[in-house]
Amino acid sequence: MSITYLEAIREAQAKLLRDDDRVFIYGQDVGGTFGGAFKATKGLAKEFPKRVLNTPISEDAIVGTAIGAAMQGMRPIVEMQFADFSSIALNQILNNAGTHYWRTGVPVPITVRLPCGGTKGSGPFHSQSMESLYAHYPGLIVMTPATVEDAYTMLIEAVTIDDPVVYCEHKYLYYHLKADKLPDKGLPIGRARIAREGRDLTIVSYSAMTQESLAAAEELAREGFEVEVVDLRTVKPLDTDTVLASIARTGRLLCVGESFPWGGTTAEVIARVTNQGFHLLDAAPQRLNAKDTPIPYHPNLWSAHRPNAKNIVAKAGALLRE
Amino acid sequence: MLQTAQRTAKLKRKKRTPASLGEAAADKTAPPHERFLEAFRWMLLARALEEKLVSLYRGGQITGGVYIGKGQEAVSVACGLFLEKGDIFAPLIRDQAGRSAFGEPLVDVTRTYLGSRLGPMRGRDGNIHRGHPRDNELAMISHLGAMVSVTVGTLMAKRFRGEKDFVGLSCIGEGGMQTGAFHEGMNIAAVEQVPLVVVATNNHYAYSTPNDREFACDDLVERAIGYGFEGYSLDGTDLAACLDVIGGAVKRARAGRPPQLVVASLLRLSGHGEHDDASYVPEDMKGQPFARDCLKLAEQTIIESNLLDPNALAEWRKDAVAQVDDAVATAQKEAVPEADKEDWCALSTRDLVDHVGEDE
Repeated sequence: MSITYLEAIREAQAKLLRDDDRVFIYGQDVGGTFGGAFKATKGLAKEFPKRVLNTPISEDAIVGTAIGAAMQGMRPIVEMQFADFSSIALNQILNNAGTHYWRTGVPVPITVRLPCGGTKGSGPFHSQSMESLYAHYPGLIVMTPATVEDAYTMLIEAVTIDDPVVYCEHKYLYYHLKADKLPDKGLPIGRARIAREGRDLTIVSYSAMTQESLAAAEELAREGFEVEVVDLRTVKPLDTDTVLASIARTGRLLCVGESFPWGGTTAEVIARVTNQGFHLLDAAPQRLNAKDTPIPYHPNLWSAHRPNAKNIVAKAGALLRE
Repeated sequence: MLQTAQRTAKLKRKKRTPASLGEAAADKTAPPHERFLEAFRWMLLARALEEKLVSLYRGGQITGGVYIGKGQEAVSVACGLFLEKGDIFAPLIRDQAGRSAFGEPLVDVTRTYLGSRLGPMRGRDGNIHRGHPRDNELAMISHLGAMVSVTVGTLMAKRFRGEKDFVGLSCIGEGGMQTGAFHEGMNIAAVEQVPLVVVATNNHYAYSTPNDREFACDDLVERAIGYGFEGYSLDGTDLAACLDVIGGAVKRARAGRPPQLVVASLLRLSGHGEHDDASYVPEDMKGQPFARDCLKLAEQTIIESNLLDPNALAEWRKDAVAQVDDAVATAQKEAVPEADKEDWCALSTRDLVDHVGEDE
């Protein structure tokens, strides 16, 4: 048996709906026989017709409704059709869900699923990675699973957590990533994972960039370099300790993220490492992000816009030879 | 395993009366004149409280702004008065009367404005952003229109749980009615067919912007049909009409009619906040019927119809001032927040707090 990243997300939601009658799924096209633009909820409305609900194209109101339901004890899962459209719901996510516990002492346990990241031909409005933006605001947990197993266990944990969770699921991984079976339990939330061990360079990554970094590490191994790959798993909280421990072994850092370059997760990792682990570094830490333009439509442009195994190899190679 | 610990909001709200000493409050079945008097007494209390807040603000004792509901008490009190235990109330900026009638203690207000650590917001948020979500009084955010869909969600949760006989009431102004969030919220309320009443008060100004730069339709209530709501217009200066129309809307929503929109017309008899002298309101507008003071009109009705002995009226006034003074004195005695005692933690899940680093 083999299960994809997308199927793991569907299975996690099926389990959540079965185990907890406070859980409901709310979003555009998630219900009926359709089961979502990417089929992440396929078949769920048949089993739970009253708890898998289609909504109007109203991202603000979808999240607002989920917030109200969560305040009253429900555990809503919101599916944004594409992460890009969550910009319409930013106000509810940041200013309502993100501030509520701090202001009132009452947490808002919503999970907002964001199908994020680029795929060929998707263009500027169906390709964005929003994790750095959400991580910037207080009061939110931001998950970025990079494996089938994490996609499953982290989504279950996301719904269990009392605070709002932005769950970034990568569209490129939906079908490309497969596992033999789903685990009962993953690493604790907030703990990064050593995805590959090495002693020459640490690549810190998350989501689809972990897979690209692993491919790059494989390539660099042929040149004799042993590259360690750290998968952050959650960009907020950010597991600085695991990153620093890795750099203590390797002395070199490349941080790879798919979101835009200004600020963001890679900048945050490097700021923390230089602040707390400057003495561990043998070379200036480097980072690789998407380019500072909207995400292009044509595959020739798109594949050069985001980090990939090839340009990670080039960047890492230069850092290793420094 | 999922956590099974329920966070279900406890419905602790007790029926309150506007009097400081126990006097039976009119309930929903009370004859109209008793309800009128009860509503009037909440209005008196709200006015006395807000006059005090204004004077504290002018005396430099309140940090940030003061936003009052002068002239809007009749609409507001009707919003709070017909809600019962288990109902949801999402008040907005100018809803002191409604908040009190719904059950918010006066000391919540003074603690929030004066920054007491014991207040519901503990110095973390101020003025009209306060609320008690566990007691079904939602804490508004400043982004107008956002609370409509949140109210819808609270009602869906109740329906999911199989509760019966509940209603939610969300307040908005004609300014907030022009936001995208408001439109989305209204539409989703009707799609979900939740028992919701939206009371929109057209006080003729969005801060300083008059109606003719806010919207171009003849009458805002006409939007009700477009949303799938039932719509009602209301003279917001007339307390009896407010009680009748808003009370009726609450009753219809509770009985399973489609969501209800009430649009009240009146003039904001203050600035947007106390920092604002509202000099942009033309003098001739102040002579219009919608510019009358609802509190004065209600008092006139009480005197003309002999609903209350003039001595009793004077006592009520005195009592309102005494309650306000009491609430202010209580809050003034209390400790204010201290930065080094604050936990600076925006998550309830403590072990998932992000630590940037000890040395930053």
